[in-house]
Amino acid sequence: MGSRGSHAARIPDGDSIRRETGFSQASLLRLYHRFRALDRNEKGYLSRVDLQQIGALAVNPLGERIIDSFFPDGNLRVDFPGFVRVLAHFRPVDDDDSGMRDPKQPEPLNSRMNKLRFVFQLYDLDRDGKISRHEMLQVLRLMVGVQVTEEQLESITDRTVQEADEDGDGAVSFLEFTKSLEKMDIEQKMSIRILK
Amino acid sequence: MEKGLSGLRGRDFELSDAFYFSKKGLEAIVEDEVTQRFSSEELVSWNLLTRTNMNFQYISLRLTAVWVLGVLVRYCVLLPLRVTLAFIGISLLVIGTTLVGQLPDSSLKNWLSELVHLTCCRICVRALSGTIHYHNKQYRPQKGGICVANHTSPIDVLILTTDGCYAMVGQVHGGLMGIIQRAMVKACPHVWFERSEMKDRHLVTKRLKEHIADKKKLPILIFPEGTCINNTSVMMFKKGSFEIGGTIHPVAIKYNPQFGDAFWNSSKYNMVSYLLRMMTSWAIVCDVWYMPPMTREEGEDAVRFANRVKSAIAVQGGLTELPWDGGLKRAKVKDTFKEEQQKNYSKMLVGNGSL
Repeated sequence: MGSRGSHAARIPDGDSIRRETGFSQASLLRLYHRFRALDRNEKGYLSRVDLQQIGALAVNPLGERIIDSFFPDGNLRVDFPGFVRVLAHFRPVDDDDSGMRDPKQPEPLNSRMNKLRFVFQLYDLDRDGKISRHEMLQVLRLMVGVQVTEEQLESITDRTVQEADEDGDGAVSFLEFTKSLEKMDIEQKMSIRILK
Repeated sequence: MEKGLSGLRGRDFELSDAFYFSKKGLEAIVEDEVTQRFSSEELVSWNLLTRTNMNFQYISLRLTAVWVLGVLVRYCVLLPLRVTLAFIGISLLVIGTTLVGQLPDSSLKNWLSELVHLTCCRICVRALSGTIHYHNKQYRPQKGGICVANHTSPIDVLILTTDGCYAMVGQVHGGLMGIIQRAMVKACPHVWFERSEMKDRHLVTKRLKEHIADKKKLPILIFPEGTCINNTSVMMFKKGSFEIGGTIHPVAIKYNPQFGDAFWNSSKYNMVSYLLRMMTSWAIVCDVWYMPPMTREEGEDAVRFANRVKSAIAVQGGLTELPWDGGLKRAKVKDTFKEEQQKNYSKMLVGNGSL
C-alpha cells in the first residue's frame, strides 16, 4: 500500500526472520508492507496507539489483551521482527512440519503447543503459569462487557475452573489447559489462511 | 460470530471461546477493511508513474527509457503549461468575483457570477488536464436542494462546479484558500464557518436550513464522509447533512486511477505538494453520475436515510460500501461498537438474561 518501491532485500534481517517464523517470502513481504502502513509516522516501530487505531481490533472485546501480547515485559515498542513473531503463531501448520522436524531445532512458532500458549497468555495476566479464578473472571468480563451480572459471571467461572482443574489447586495450569482442549482442532481455529 | 463459536444458543462458556476473538483480532491486524482505504489504490498494471510503482521492479532498459521520456514530458512540458493555466484561472476567479460583488443584488449579478464561476473552474480543470464525463445530466442538482457526493480530494469540488454552480459549505481557511473563499462569497452566497462555529452543530444546521429555505439560492454541496477516502469505497455518511431536510441530490464521482492518483492523503502530503502531484500526473479522468433526487421517507431516521443514500452512490460508482466512519483515519473507534460485540457474545452465553 502506498507508493513505495518494494524489494525483498530491503527487509532488514529478512532471512533470519524467515527461518525463525517459517513465513514464505511473499507473506513476509506482505506483512512488512502492513507493518509500514500501520506505522503511521514512519517511526520504524509500532506503539500501542498504532494498533489501537485498527477499527476492527478496537471493537474486539479482547483487543487490549491481544495488543498486550505484542508488548511483553512492559515494552512500549515493537519492531518488525517482534511483530512477525507474534503473527507467526497464527501461521497454518504445514503438513510436512510435524514429521520431519529436526528435534534439536526449537519448536516452530505455529505448533499446537505454541498456539495454545498464546491463548493461555491472554488469560494469564500475571504470567505466573496459572490462570487463577480471578484472572478467568477478568477475561470473561472483557468478553461480555456489562451485559452479564457478577453472580452469573462467577458461576460460569467456577464451573469452568472446576472442569479444567485436575490437581484441585483452584487454578488452571498450562497442562490442564491443554488437556481440556485435547479434542479441539486448534490448528484450524488458530490459523489465518492468508499467512502461509 | 455464532458460526465461529460452534453456535448453539444458550451454550456454556468454554476456554476455547477466547480463540475466536484472538483469531479475529489477529486477522484485523494482518488486514482490515479500513486502513487500506486511507492510502492510494494499487494498480494492476503500471502507468509509468513512480509514485504508483509498488510492485514493479526494474524490468528492461526499454521500459526505463520510456519512463524517463515520460518524466521529461510531464515535468518539462505539461507542468509549466498547467501551472500557467492554474495561475490564470485563480486570478480570474478572484478578480472576477470581486468585480461582480460590487454590483447590487439582481438577476444580472447572479448570471454574471455564474459565468465567472463556470469559466474559471473550467480553466482550472484544464490546468489539471481533467477529462470529465457527466452522466444523467437531467438529474443535475436544482436550486434549494442539497448535493451529496463521495469525497476523494479537494478536486472533487472543481469537478462538480465545472458543470453547475453550488454553494459551498466549509471552514474558513487562511492563505490562498482564504482569499479565494472571501472573493467567492462576495459574488454569491456560500456558507463559510469559522472554526469555532463548526463545533456547534445546531448553529451549522440552522444556517444550512436557512440557506435551502431560500429557493433562489444555489444548491449546497456537502461531502458527508467528512474526510478524503481513496475512491475504492464509500464510508459512513455523517447524519448531520441528512437532518436538514430538503431534497438530496446524490452524485457519484469515480476517478480512473490509470491516469493519475487523485486521492489526497492529507497526513502524507500538504496541499501544495498534492497539487504538484496532480499537475505532474498524466491527466485526471473521472466519471460523474448525477442521480435521481431522494427525500427522507415517513418514519425514516437520519441515519437510515444516510445509509440509503450511501448505498445508492456506492452502487452507481462501482465502489464498495463500508459501515466504518472515515474519522477512523485520525481518531479511535467509539466504544459503542465494542459494546455491541460484547452484547452479541453475552446473548449467546446466557440466552437473553436467563442463565
